[in-house]
This record gives sequence, C-alpha cells and structure tokens, in this order.
Amino acid sequence: MQKKWVVFFCVFWWQGSNDSLPSAEAVMFLKFSLRSVFYGAGGGNDIQWCFSQVKGAVDDDVAEADIISTVEFNHSGELLATGDKGGRVVIFQQEQENKTQSHSRGEYNVYSTFQSHEPEFDYLKSLEIEEKINKIRWLPQKNAAQFLLSTNDKTIKLWKISERDKRPEGYNLKEEDGRYRDPTTVTTLRVPVFRPMDLMVEASPRRIFANAHTYHINSISINSDYETYLSADDLRINLWHLEITDRSFNIVDIKPANMEELTEVITAAEFHPNSCNTFVYSSSKGTIRLCDMRASALCDRHSKLFEEPEDPSNRSFFSEIISSISDVKFSHSGRYMMTRDYLSVKIWDLNMENRPVETYQVHEYLRSKLCSLYENDCIFDKFECCWNGSDSIVMTGSYNNFFRMFDRNTKRDITLEASRENNKPRTVLKPRKVCASGKRKKDEISVDSLDFNKKILHTAWHPKENIIAVATTNNLYIFQDKMN
Amino acid sequence: MFLTSVVPQWPFYNLDTMFVRGLKRKCIDGEEDIEGTLAGIKAIPSYNLQRQSLLDMSLVKLQLCHMLVEPNLCRSVLIANTVRQIQEEMTQDGTWQMINTQSTGQTSLDRLVSTDILCRSSREQAEGKQVPGYSNFNKDFEDDQTQDSSETMSTASSVQAPRNLQSNVWEMENAQENRGNFQKSLDQIFETLENKSPNSVEDLFSEVDNSYYDLDTMLTGMMSNTKMGHCDGLETFSSPTTTTSNSNCKSDLNELDHIVEILVES
Repeated sequence: MQKKWVVFFCVFWWQGSNDSLPSAEAVMFLKFSLRSVFYGAGGGNDIQWCFSQVKGAVDDDVAEADIISTVEFNHSGELLATGDKGGRVVIFQQEQENKTQSHSRGEYNVYSTFQSHEPEFDYLKSLEIEEKINKIRWLPQKNAAQFLLSTNDKTIKLWKISERDKRPEGYNLKEEDGRYRDPTTVTTLRVPVFRPMDLMVEASPRRIFANAHTYHINSISINSDYETYLSADDLRINLWHLEITDRSFNIVDIKPANMEELTEVITAAEFHPNSCNTFVYSSSKGTIRLCDMRASALCDRHSKLFEEPEDPSNRSFFSEIISSISDVKFSHSGRYMMTRDYLSVKIWDLNMENRPVETYQVHEYLRSKLCSLYENDCIFDKFECCWNGSDSIVMTGSYNNFFRMFDRNTKRDITLEASRENNKPRTVLKPRKVCASGKRKKDEISVDSLDFNKKILHTAWHPKENIIAVATTNNLYIFQDKMN
Repeated sequence: MFLTSVVPQWPFYNLDTMFVRGLKRKCIDGEEDIEGTLAGIKAIPSYNLQRQSLLDMSLVKLQLCHMLVEPNLCRSVLIANTVRQIQEEMTQDGTWQMINTQSTGQTSLDRLVSTDILCRSSREQAEGKQVPGYSNFNKDFEDDQTQDSSETMSTASSVQAPRNLQSNVWEMENAQENRGNFQKSLDQIFETLENKSPNSVEDLFSEVDNSYYDLDTMLTGMMSNTKMGHCDGLETFSSPTTTTSNSNCKSDLNELDHIVEILVES
C-alpha cells in the first residue's frame, strides 16, 4: 500500500507538472487522488486497463464494408454486438468464467453473424440507401431468445437471436435424412426424442419498421416500458410499438415550412432510463431539449432546454460546428445526461438547464487546428460517449486511435491507445499524452503527428464489469481491468 | 457577436501541408505566435483573405456531394450556416457592397443553367460564361436573408445563383478534382442503372437525362426533400418564385410522378 502511494504520488506530480494547469487545480488533483488512494474510492485512477482481445482483419487495407459503425453491450454484458458499413451484425458472447483462470474474465467469441440490412435503391430520388448499420439497441431478455433492434438510414428491424442445441430424432414416418418412409414398412411405433446437437444460433427478422423516415435515422432508443421505442432522423422523431410495424406516431417535427429556413437538425435522441414519458433530443446548435410525452401528442415544445451560453473569448467561425452535439446518453441512474460535442464531453444535471455541471476537454489541442479539420471534414466526425456501470467514469474516443476516460470523482483523466502493438493479453496499457505546443517530451506525440484517419467514434462499457469495447476503423478491441 | 479585432482570431494554415509528415513548417497558430516576430506577422494572410478562403471552401463543400448517396443533411446545414455567418459579417464590414458594384448585369434568362450543365467540361463553362466570382452568390444570399425580394429580383437571383455556383466550382484550384468527381459520379450512376435487370422502371428512366438528378442533389444538397428536379434547387436560392421556367419543369415532373405512381401500383 505504501509503495503504491509513493508511485502514485510521483506519477501524479509528473503529470501535473507537464500540464499547463494552474497550481490551484493541481492541488485539487492531489487532494482527490490521495483521498481515493487512502479511502479506496475505487475510481478510475485505480483501474489499470489491459489488452484482452482484438477482432477484425489485421491488414491495413481496410475494406469499406468492414468499417465498424456501432458497438453495444446487451443488458447483462454477456453479449456484445457490432454493426458495420456492409450491413452486417456480428454478436460476440462472453465465455463462462473459468474457475481455474481467475486472473481474467471470459473471452468474447463470435456467437452469431447475420446480414441485417441490404443496400437499396430509391428510384424516385435516384439515390442509394446505404446498408450501413447506424445503431443497435438490445432489448432486455424476457425468455431464452435475445432481441435487438438494428437500423440503417431508413429502416429499423427487430431481430430474434435464438439457440438451438437439440433436435428431435426417431420419427416414425421420416428417415433421419428427411426422406419419407413407406408406411407399409412401419412395424413398430416409437416416440421421437430430443437429442443434443451442435449449438446453432439463428437470427431471424421478426419485425421490419419501414417507410416512416424521409431523412436519415441517427438514433433509436427503447423505452423503459419495453414496449415502445423511438427513432430519430434529422428532422423528426417517431414513436413505435414493438409489435406494430405499419404505424408510428410522430412526436417531434422540426422541419420548417420553408426548407430554406432550415438551420438546425436533430443529431441524437434517447429515452429516459426510468421515466417512460420523458426523452431528450440534441441538435446541431448545441442544445438539448427534454420533452414530456404527456404534455401533448406532438412534443414540439420542450419541457426543458439545456444550453450553455457561448464563451465569447473562444468565438470563431467554427463555433457553431464544434458545438454541434454528436451523442447524448443518460446516466444509468437517470439523474444526469452526458453530451459529446467536437472538443468536449459535458455532464448535465437534469435539474439545471443553464449550464452543465461538469465539462471535460477531450482534445483541446485541436482548437487551433479547426480550419484544417474543417477542410478535411474531420470537424464533422460524430464521436460517441458512454458511461460505466456505476456512472462514475465516462469514456469517449479521439484521433490516432486514442480514447479518453474521465473519472468524475477523482477528476483524473487518462488517454489510452487501441493498437495492435500492445496485443499481449494482460499487458497494461500505457497512458498516452499529446503535446499541444512547444517542446515535445519523450513518449509524447505532437499534434501534427496525429493520424486523423484513425478515429475512434464508437465505444461501449460493460454494464457491470470493467470491460470496454473500443472500435477503431475496422477492428474491435476489448480491454479489461487488471485483476489481481 | 462578430470578430472585431484586426488580428485574426482563428489561425490560418497552409492547408495543403497541414498533414504532410516530415514537413516541419512553422505553423502560424495560436495567439502567442501571431504576437511574435515581425516576420511572423508578415507571413499571416489578412483576415479578409482568410475569411474569403473559408467562404470559398464552404461553397465548394456545399456543392461537392456524393451523387449516389444522399448528402448528409447535418453537415450541409452546418456548412450553410457558416457561409451565412460569413455573409453577415461581410455585410457588416461593407465588404460585399464594394464587390457588388463591380458586378455586371448578367441577367439574361438564356444563361439559366440547363439540366446537363454538369456534363460539360470546365473549358466549355469558362468560354461560355463570364466569371464574376463569388460576389453574386453573396448578393443572392444577402437578398435571400434580408428582403422579401420582388419577383424580378428573385428571378435574377435564381438565374444567377446556380450559374455562379458553377463558375465558382470551376474557378477553384482543385477544379480538376471536382470535374473528376462529377464525372466519376455520373459514371457510377450510369453503371448502376445499367446493372439493374431490365424492367419498365428502367425503361422509363433511360429516357430521362440522368444529370437531372445530379443537379437536384447538387443544388439542393442541404435541402433533402421529397420533390425532385432542378426547379426546387433554384428555389433554395431565392424567395418563393413563380417564374415561367419553374412551371415548365414542374409540369414535366408531375408527368413523371404520375407515370411512376402507375408503375408502382401495378
């Protein structure tokens, strides 16, 4: 314990002296850090992340269809689903924990792969409808089968994933290979019995929810009543019942009468985890609106509007673009919500609308590069964010295959890299640092050396354990904390 | 709120070399550098120039959209808002007024962009039309935003805007690339249509000039709408118009809609 304290103190001090932080803040860091070490808060600073697995092709030549477009754990964390640009869904299942291997949790192996969406062609507009899976959301498990919703730009599908590990044998009228027997040859009767067979996982589409969206669907969210869900596109949000495919209710419509007046679009939407009448949606202007479906059928008037006033010292032509919210996620408790804009992650208390309670800078060193990022379109990248199971740590991605975690209790943050270089299991990941300007220290990376083609847009955190799934362009990395 | 200081608030890069590795170029970024050496100050392009180049870049972005896949509405809206913001600032500065007086009147209806404009090479474009630059586009936006234009004004705007967009595109340094993109996209469209199994729908569309839809997606890039045709594109740059050119297009479109409706139902 003593050694840990000394090492920790040194690490902190080194980090503190390299950041351009005012000393008052450094003292606060020290206070929080020491407190957590001595009192064992079990926050992010104590987590040592280790490489566990990597899925996907090894070569650098990325096939476009293999680009991962969404990652999602199911409610128990046993299953991990990914969607790609080719319209496929791959589900991984965690192995049952091996009692003899107590130092690592079960590995994730492929459980099922299926083609969820196919490319379509809209003849009226002469445009292709991409088969890229934009979002996957799991339904809570009610019986032996698993259900998930997957969506592309226009159509949402409900998939049932079921296992088959037994088959009937011993029919009277059928041979084992299926051929019918001549009835006259049957002399005795027997009762068919179930015999075990190799596990077969089948995925079948149970519902197809189509033709309700003119614009591109960016979000789906299942309600806490587990009967309804919402789907949001750029200008509208629709409410569906999971059983009914030919009807949906429009609950938000921000399309102006004259499209020339369009200045704002919907970027993300989510149902509250506990209140089945409440949902939020974020916009390209950096606002979040909370709506109550009990207020009216069409929730065009928000119940709450969350918006932080602009910082005049940071104003530029790109202010609006970087304020555009790319993702919004409620905390598991339902008390907070997190939003991701281009440079930061903000945590909002639902009871306070005028400003976020916490703001974390993801890659502030990019602020001086906005013009170039605008030119190469990187400024429009939509990063997602996620909470850990206890709502104490939030995670989001960045460039150069870096991803960042922020501990809300200790106020410490860490930058890690998803790369094949650290691919020995149980190798602890080394924290990374980007040098914003001036002298570059050893092991630091200068901003100009960052690879902006290697972006981590999608990350997911296991609902209960410290296991994270991080998607690079075409690979899925699984990291877990070091178990002692 | 507008940027009022003379010193540029946002840094300007040699955009071509930004991500070239190994090229250790002194980046003119951050306020500390700007307030640095005299040499540094001289090297920084003027604020107006920077703003201008941002405007040009934004206009190019609005036009270059994937022909096969619907353009991203969010991206288009954000870029359009940026353009509007620059426009407003230029209006405040009085910059656009200066440029506006230089523009000549090219209001001939004959110059109305035809549907196959994108199929032509840039050389033909340059020969056929004068190039007043972005100014008229600015003017149109300005008209768009601040007045309820009279019909004549809006007609002129609607005529000029698409054509000037074209001029802008071909003017750009990377016009070569743009042309390539357009051509490539057109090829893709043709290929896709050819690959579909022959049926009545394909026969229907084979007679229609495919660039019809290109113009639609180009001009209405941000205005993803359910109607088709370049008429709607023109509408986006002017107040609601009821020009004769539009009405002709609309009747054609209605016919097309009607035919498709029949096919779909059968």
